[in-house]
Amino acid sequence: MLVKQISVFLENKSGRLAEVTEILGREGIDISALSIADTTDFGILRLIVNEPELAEKVLKDNSFTVSRTNVIAISVVDEPGGLAAALKILGSASIGIEYMYAFVGKETNKALVILRVEEPERAAEVLDKNNILVLPAERVYEL
Amino acid sequence: MNVWNPSCENMSTEKMRQLQSKNLINTVKRVYHNVPFYRDKMQKAGLVPEDITSIEDLSKLPFTYKQDLRDNYPYGLFAAPMSEIVRIHASSGTTGKQTVVGYTRNDITVWSEVMARTLAAAGATKDSFIQVAYGYGLFTGGLGVHYGAEYLGASVIPISGGNTQRQIQIMKDFGTNVLACTPSYALFLSETLDEMGIGPQDLKLRAGVFGAEPWSDNMRKEIENKLGILAIDIYGLSEVIGPGVAYECECQNGMHIPEDHFYPEIIDPETGKVLPAGEKGELVFTTITKEGLPLIRYRTRDISALTYGKCDCGRTLVKMERVSGRTDDMLIIRGVNVFPSQIESVLLDIGETAPHYLLIVDRVGTLDTLEVQVEISDKLFSDEVKRLEELEGRIKDKIESTLGISAKIRLVEPKTIARSEGKAKRVIDKRNV
Repeated sequence: MLVKQISVFLENKSGRLAEVTEILGREGIDISALSIADTTDFGILRLIVNEPELAEKVLKDNSFTVSRTNVIAISVVDEPGGLAAALKILGSASIGIEYMYAFVGKETNKALVILRVEEPERAAEVLDKNNILVLPAERVYEL
Repeated sequence: MNVWNPSCENMSTEKMRQLQSKNLINTVKRVYHNVPFYRDKMQKAGLVPEDITSIEDLSKLPFTYKQDLRDNYPYGLFAAPMSEIVRIHASSGTTGKQTVVGYTRNDITVWSEVMARTLAAAGATKDSFIQVAYGYGLFTGGLGVHYGAEYLGASVIPISGGNTQRQIQIMKDFGTNVLACTPSYALFLSETLDEMGIGPQDLKLRAGVFGAEPWSDNMRKEIENKLGILAIDIYGLSEVIGPGVAYECECQNGMHIPEDHFYPEIIDPETGKVLPAGEKGELVFTTITKEGLPLIRYRTRDISALTYGKCDCGRTLVKMERVSGRTDDMLIIRGVNVFPSQIESVLLDIGETAPHYLLIVDRVGTLDTLEVQVEISDKLFSDEVKRLEELEGRIKDKIESTLGISAKIRLVEPKTIARSEGKAKRVIDKRNV
C-alpha cells in the first residue's frame, strides 16, 4: 500500500530544480507527482517517481541530500466534499497529517492525493475500511 | 596511585611558589646575560633582572613568539655555549621554517624526569615494558619518551613508528605493558589487532600514553575498549621541552603540568592580560629550569584553561584542560573570542559526526554578523520543513549558549562548502576593519 516518496534538499538558488529534473530525465525516471515546501533559504522537493530506489541513488551520486519516506496515495471522488470525507476519517482515527498535495490525475472523475501522515500503515487501513480507495504503490509508480 | 616524585608533584602551593620564584630569578639572569634577544627586549621594556624578585613579577616580562625562534634560526636563542649542548631537535616545520631546540646534559635530565612522571602517572613502573612507537629522530616524541622510560627503570622497546604487523608481533612476544604513540596510530593498531583476531586477553597491555595530536573523548573510549587499556592524554611541544609538558593521571580530568619546571599562564590572546583560573585563553609557558633554550612567556597559540587545587591522585600540580583550539583560528565577533573548533563541537553534539561548516563573518552598519553554514547530511535531513527549522533552531540555541553570541544558521547542500587539500577552509571574514 505504501508509496515511496523521494525528498530532496534544495538551496534556494536558481537552476537547482532544473538540475534535479534533468538528472532524473537522463536516467529515464518518470515523475508522476511533486510538491515543493520552501522557506527563505531552502526548499524540500518531494517526488513520486516510477523508480524510487534508482532516483534516490542517482541523486545521491550527484551529491544531493535525499531521503525516502512512506506516504499513501488515495483516490477520491472529484466533487465538492470528496476530499473532506477522506480527511474526516483520518481525523476520527486521530491520525495527524504532516502535509499533502494533489496529484496529476489521469483517471476521470477522480482526484488523486498524496498524504504524509504520522502512521501511514494504520491510515491506509482505516481509509480502506471506510471505502476510500488507497492506491497500491505499483499503480502509483505507473501513473 | 603511582607518583614518581611526590616531593615535587605533591608539593604545597607555598613551597612551590618559593621554588618557582627562585628558579625564575635564575632563568631571567641567565637569558639577560647570555641571549642578546632577551636583553634587548627587557631593556626596551625598561627592565633589568633585579626587577624580577618573585614569580609574581613574571607578567612584567615581554612575551616570546614562535617567530622569534624562526628569526633567530638556528641557535640564536640558546642560552648555553654550544660546547654544553648535547642534543638538538627540530620541529616539523609544517607551519613555516623549522624551529631548532637544544638541550644541555641537565636539560636531558629534566626532560627524563618529567617523562618519568608522565609514564608513572599512567601506571608504569621499573617492571614495565614500554613500547615507544613515536618516531625517533629530530622529532622529540621518540627520544623524549625513551629517556623518560629508562629513567623510570622500565624496559624500553625502541621500535619507533610504522610497520604495524611488527609492532603487534613484538607487543605480543615481548609482553608490552605500556604503549606510547599518537592516538590515531593507537586506533589504527587496535583495528589491525581486530583484523588479526588478537584480543586484549592475548596481550599484556595495560596503559597507553598518547599525544602529539588532538583527539576526542570518543576516540579515547574507543581505544580503551578495543585495547582494554587506560588511555592517558599527554601534551608537549618541542620549544618547551617535547613530550612531558603535561600529563594526565588516572583521574583523566586534566593534565598536570610539572610547574616546578614549566610555569604556565593563561592569557587573553588579544590584550595579553593574564586571565583568572578556569578561564579559557592562550596557554603561555616559561621554562624555569632549562639551560639550553630557556623560554620566557612563550606563546603556544594553544587554547586551554588552568585549574588549581589538589587532585584526587594526590598531586598538587596545576592542571590544564585538553587543548580546544588554536589562537591562529580565533575570530573576534562583537568583542567575543570565537574559535571555529567551538562551533565544531556544537555540531558534533547535534549529529553523530561533525558536518562540514563555514563561518561567514560580516559587518552590517556597526554590528558584526555571524552566519554559520551547515551542510545538510542524509542523517540530519528530513522531508518536513518543521524538522529542519527545529534543527536550525537547535544549532542556533546551542551556539548562543556556548559562545554567548547569536548566529544565523543556514542549511546548505552537501559539497557546496569548498574543500581544500588538507585543512578545510572554515572562515570567511568579509569585514573591512
